[in-house]
Amino acid sequence: MSEPREEVLRLAGLMKSYNVGLPTELEVLHGLDLTIGRHDFAALVGPSGSGKSTLLNLLGLLDSPTGGDLYLLGQPTRQLDDEARTRLRAEAIGFVFQFHHLLPAFSALENVMMPMMVAHGRPSPELVERARGLLREVELGAFEDRKPAALSGGQQQRVAIARALVTRPALLLADEPTGNLDTQTAAGVFELFRRFNREHGCAVLVVTHDPRLSASCDRTITLVDGRIVGDSRNSQPAA
Amino acid sequence: MWIESTIAMRFLREGRTQTTMILVGIAVGVSVIVFITALISGLQANIVERTLGTQAHVRIEPPDERNLVLPVPAGTTQLLLETRRAQRLRSINNWQQVQATLDALPGVAAVSPVVSGPAFAFRGNAVESVALVGIDPVRYQRIIPIGDDIVAGTLRVGAGDAVIGRLLADDLCARVGDKLRLAAGEGREALLNIAGIFELGVRELDQRYVYLDLKQTQSLLGLPGGVTVIDLTVRDIFGADAVARRIGALTGLKAESWMQSNAQLMNALTSQSLSTRMISFFVAVSVAFGIASVLSISVVQRTREIGILRAMGTRRQQMLKVFLVQGAVLGFLGSGVGALAGYGLVWVFNTFGPKLFYIPVSPVLVPAAMLIATVTGTLSAAVPARRAARLDPVVAIRHV
Repeated sequence: MSEPREEVLRLAGLMKSYNVGLPTELEVLHGLDLTIGRHDFAALVGPSGSGKSTLLNLLGLLDSPTGGDLYLLGQPTRQLDDEARTRLRAEAIGFVFQFHHLLPAFSALENVMMPMMVAHGRPSPELVERARGLLREVELGAFEDRKPAALSGGQQQRVAIARALVTRPALLLADEPTGNLDTQTAAGVFELFRRFNREHGCAVLVVTHDPRLSASCDRTITLVDGRIVGDSRNSQPAA
Repeated sequence: MWIESTIAMRFLREGRTQTTMILVGIAVGVSVIVFITALISGLQANIVERTLGTQAHVRIEPPDERNLVLPVPAGTTQLLLETRRAQRLRSINNWQQVQATLDALPGVAAVSPVVSGPAFAFRGNAVESVALVGIDPVRYQRIIPIGDDIVAGTLRVGAGDAVIGRLLADDLCARVGDKLRLAAGEGREALLNIAGIFELGVRELDQRYVYLDLKQTQSLLGLPGGVTVIDLTVRDIFGADAVARRIGALTGLKAESWMQSNAQLMNALTSQSLSTRMISFFVAVSVAFGIASVLSISVVQRTREIGILRAMGTRRQQMLKVFLVQGAVLGFLGSGVGALAGYGLVWVFNTFGPKLFYIPVSPVLVPAAMLIATVTGTLSAAVPARRAARLDPVVAIRHV
């Protein structure tokens, strides 16, 4: 990494508490500082209850912090209203959830196009082409008209990945994306993240429990009890 | 709006059972509203038509005669015990002029002068009390088409001819061509030929009315050249009150509309309309709650999908619209089916029903019902839609 690293996401003293103002107030994240660069391929690890999901929701602008700030593409986000955060989220972030979360009423192709259709309405021929291309890249070109219920778990997760990438996001967030997949399928899905990180140049942050997967990332961020206790570059990232 | 409608339609199609059931519910509600509205307005139109078939819309009579009280000098207290005067049979002053004025009045369709008074009818030893009605047949027919109700003979009331009601003819055992003696008191009598027998279907009229021409009646009643009543029809039957008031103010005569003389009927019609409206209103309210409840359940069922959509950049406003559109679509489709079913019921009633009267369906009823149902659907979707829009994406997406 000799070239200057372009920043995608930066946390500055990010805090999150629940039940603010109540006797049961609970601070979950205690002032996190973290920068994620353009080409980062990072794993976020930590025991359950360490605040990984809370952090991921904050990074994805699904939730707002109670202290500090979060800069997405250099833009502070704490003061944004729901409307503006939703727009920024749609433009800059792609999500992959543990339980693939496809819309059962729509075909695979429609699911992939959904983020763009929500933002821009009727899909243009270019968008349809782009979505088809992504489905081919995840080796589901032949399944574009299938509803999620007619796809296997691994296939559904691959559709979800294609969907997360259709907006060409600067940051891809994945919450245990392989959590409920068998080892073989999990490796395939992970390989996809890798490829997109390299070929599409989007930063990837994966929350995972699997030490083998985190080992194959370039960088491992360890969260314990709401504090970053480790941020290491893996010496020999998987090829 | 395209994506919101697309998602809304997919949601509806996916929840096919729910959608079908609520559509049936809406359709039943709307068909009841359409049918009952058509039925009651048909029934009312029929009643009004029958009532006015034997009545003028406005009846003009001379003003009541009053006692004249001599003024007393100032400072005197006067105690007055007054017996109101009995109203004798009088002619309307200057009735030809009044008639000409009324003929020219806007909103008035027909004007007919009538001389009317009591008399006895004799045939053999039988005596019946009757009401003499002296008419100008051409003008009178524009008010009450008596010519259509002749069951024997013809409508001929000139010189020496009379037309009597069927029940009177039965009581006197008289047929067309028989003679009838009429006595109106003070020795004024006439022997008449029964030229025709009518049946209006109203007992009071069929039993008592004897139609003559103006001249014969005037001489029988001792009112040479006079008329006691002027009958009117107006173009807008429910505007009869206004026309009557205007004529009263214009001529100083007593003008009474059919609505005043049938106050009880009007009262019945008004209550009927009111209860129809109440039934429609409450059916609409229960349909609205049905839509709201189905959509509320749908919001809960789709919490996770709403979360996904929100995470993918769907704005609150868009989420709101997705559910409002569902409400509108349910209202529109349900009312479309319901309106057809309502039409069907009307057709069945008209074809196989008791056939006492025909129900016309006004062409605005169906579009109006559909418009109202669509608006109602949208409004009843408001509460669930707001809930969907307010869902916190973090919570929604973890919802199982």
